[in-house]
Amino acid sequence: MTASESMPHKGGFSFDLCKRNEMLAQKGLKQPGFLKTGADTRATEGPIVADKNCEKIHYMAPNIYCCGAGTAADTEAVTDMVSSQLKLHRYHTGRESRVVTALSLLKSHLFSYQGHVSAALVLGGVDVTGPHLHTIYPHGSTDTLPFATMGSGSLAAMAIFESKYREGLCRDEGIKLVAEAICSGIFNDLGSGSNVDICVITKGKQEYLRNYMSPNPRTYISEKGYSFSKKTEVLLTKITPLREMVEVIEGADTMEE
Amino acid sequence: MNNLIGSEGDSQRTLYPYVTGTSVVGIKYKDGILLAADMGGSYGSTLRYKTVERLKSVGKHSIIGASGEISDFQEIMRYLDELILHDNMWDDGNSLGPKEVHNYLRSVMYNRRNKFNPLWNSLVLGGVKNGQKYLGTVSMIGVHYEDNHVATGFGNHLARPLLRDEWHENLTYEEGVKLLEKCMRVLLYRDRSAVNKLQIAKITEEGFTISQPYALKTFWDFTAFKNPTVGAEGSW
Repeated sequence: MTASESMPHKGGFSFDLCKRNEMLAQKGLKQPGFLKTGADTRATEGPIVADKNCEKIHYMAPNIYCCGAGTAADTEAVTDMVSSQLKLHRYHTGRESRVVTALSLLKSHLFSYQGHVSAALVLGGVDVTGPHLHTIYPHGSTDTLPFATMGSGSLAAMAIFESKYREGLCRDEGIKLVAEAICSGIFNDLGSGSNVDICVITKGKQEYLRNYMSPNPRTYISEKGYSFSKKTEVLLTKITPLREMVEVIEGADTMEE
Repeated sequence: MNNLIGSEGDSQRTLYPYVTGTSVVGIKYKDGILLAADMGGSYGSTLRYKTVERLKSVGKHSIIGASGEISDFQEIMRYLDELILHDNMWDDGNSLGPKEVHNYLRSVMYNRRNKFNPLWNSLVLGGVKNGQKYLGTVSMIGVHYEDNHVATGFGNHLARPLLRDEWHENLTYEEGVKLLEKCMRVLLYRDRSAVNKLQIAKITEEGFTISQPYALKTFWDFTAFKNPTVGAEGSW
């Protein structure tokens, strides 16, 4: 996932949906006041595409979303677990969750498993302190970045971000950039594919744009469906008698019983 | 036959590279070919040499860029110099074009690979002859193809997506250089063995020119870089 942050005041991020993948291409962009994350929708099992349209953007809190790359089960489980912990924490404190809380919970969990929980995450959200974007690696290290990418398509997406990102992008420019970065992953990386999901988070509001772009539609679909005519046309009637074959054996031995 | 992968032959075979160059990026443009490469020669994880010219001209019509083992590139240049010399000695008014040189390199690389003694390079070969532009690549195992834009090493992952999006037919010289610089900048940010000292080589029907080494401008002033732990003092 690639994410880019511009300015902390408005807070908001968009998440592009990430598709669960063995190797996910995740991108997220943080915009001034907007946080946008994007993801493709391909889940692979070795060389096979297991899920053409999976969801890689996970809910952590109303103001925090997390995209997961790596082993789909690990990303799902770890984000669910931290999401529950955050909810209990919200009940306990009576306050909105902060991104750094989710960050600390995730990184301490992943570190204690010494990298065996194969989840590479892009965590973003807007809280009282502003918008934040972090990447979390399977061994538990984290980075705070204006834009980030994870997964097998991360180099292709990062090339787009490094060349086109600038501070002060507005909401639509940001969404366009994230979508472009994800498309770069989809078309240049074999581990990413299908559609683009985008999630935009701003202060107090989040917008989950599932299948924001579908640049890989099925071609050659007949709208009427396929029909095969039921009538069989008779072209020719011809009767050919079958000749009876009679074998005459002269002077042979009798057949074995 | 018994010396194919025998113990006696081992000290003579290339097993791993020592001094290496990183990516080379090449594009076709309106008047010819543009190649870009930085001037770094890494010795493992040390940036040992910073004035290695990895772009050279070949004969009248071609330019070559190499990544990988520098000593093997120097050997390849010796082979090519001999090739061009013999071609000139025919003195028949004809000269080897880029397609022929590319084919020769392909044979050399593939045959060395078959003997388990590769020249540890990925080469980019481009040129113009009789108005025809040509740009191709050969790898150390003999994989070769030609295209409108090629890259070696890390350039495949970082530069190729950009070139696929932004290359088009009939780029002007300025647009071509700008596109190459864009790719080289991303490589500078994201490839650990890149150095900020690059050359751009051009070949057209008129001839070969190579720029003086220069550095790219980089930008490090994102607010998130300036204050990454805002809201979470003490974290990283």
